[in-house]
Amino acid sequence: MFRTTVNRIPLRSTFSQSILRPQTALRFLSSETKNAIESAVNSAKVVLFMKGTPQQPQCGFSRATIQMLGQQGVDPEKFAAYNVLEDQELREGIKEYSQWPTIPQLYVDKEFVGGCDIVMSMAQSGELTELLEKHDALIPEEPYDEAEPEKAADAEVKPRSRD
Amino acid sequence: MSLTVGYLEQIIKDRLEAALVQVQDMSGGCGQAFAVIIVSDVFKGKNKLMRHRIVNKALEQEIAAIHAFTQKGFTVEEWEKQKNDYQ
Repeated sequence: MFRTTVNRIPLRSTFSQSILRPQTALRFLSSETKNAIESAVNSAKVVLFMKGTPQQPQCGFSRATIQMLGQQGVDPEKFAAYNVLEDQELREGIKEYSQWPTIPQLYVDKEFVGGCDIVMSMAQSGELTELLEKHDALIPEEPYDEAEPEKAADAEVKPRSRD
Repeated sequence: MSLTVGYLEQIIKDRLEAALVQVQDMSGGCGQAFAVIIVSDVFKGKNKLMRHRIVNKALEQEIAAIHAFTQKGFTVEEWEKQKNDYQ
């Protein structure tokens, strides 16, 4: 069974290397595999099943997808990536689980979003930003402009407090 | 299994009632990677995810056998508006 600890962006994938298994596709997901995948899907707001790691993607589609998530400004604290190449059971199991034949696969808030093509067209149309914002998965904006409004607010309050 | 552009075009036309299919072999000839554009009214009223699922289902065996498959699906009406971007 693979471990289901969370692997965040700068770390390695969380599915541990398991013993080699026969490469037959799982026709039905074992409940163990299903549970392990469910906890992976639940492990962060944004979960990517990919080939390789965010630092070293092993496939152009996984690379493109991770780059798009980076460009969107996904908060590393709210992100987990799982390397399907480290675990044959995960690699086949995730296809069954999502009913989706290819890797990478993106989940946001436990919902399957799609693969590379879909993520790319959503990125182009702005839907991806919208989705990630809606689920509060982006790095908060730097409060560059807040210094001045705060002063202004102070200025309003102070004169009143004198009376 | 190795697929050819012609075979893939034919089965997409047949199985998805496609008005237009463009298949591009991205593999450099080994038949393992394809990019396809599919224009079909079976996509009417379906969002992107549903469109992909329709194609994935129709080509289940074929996609499972190849390494890479990238797809774009349009309805006839959408294609008329957007085709210049893809030619």
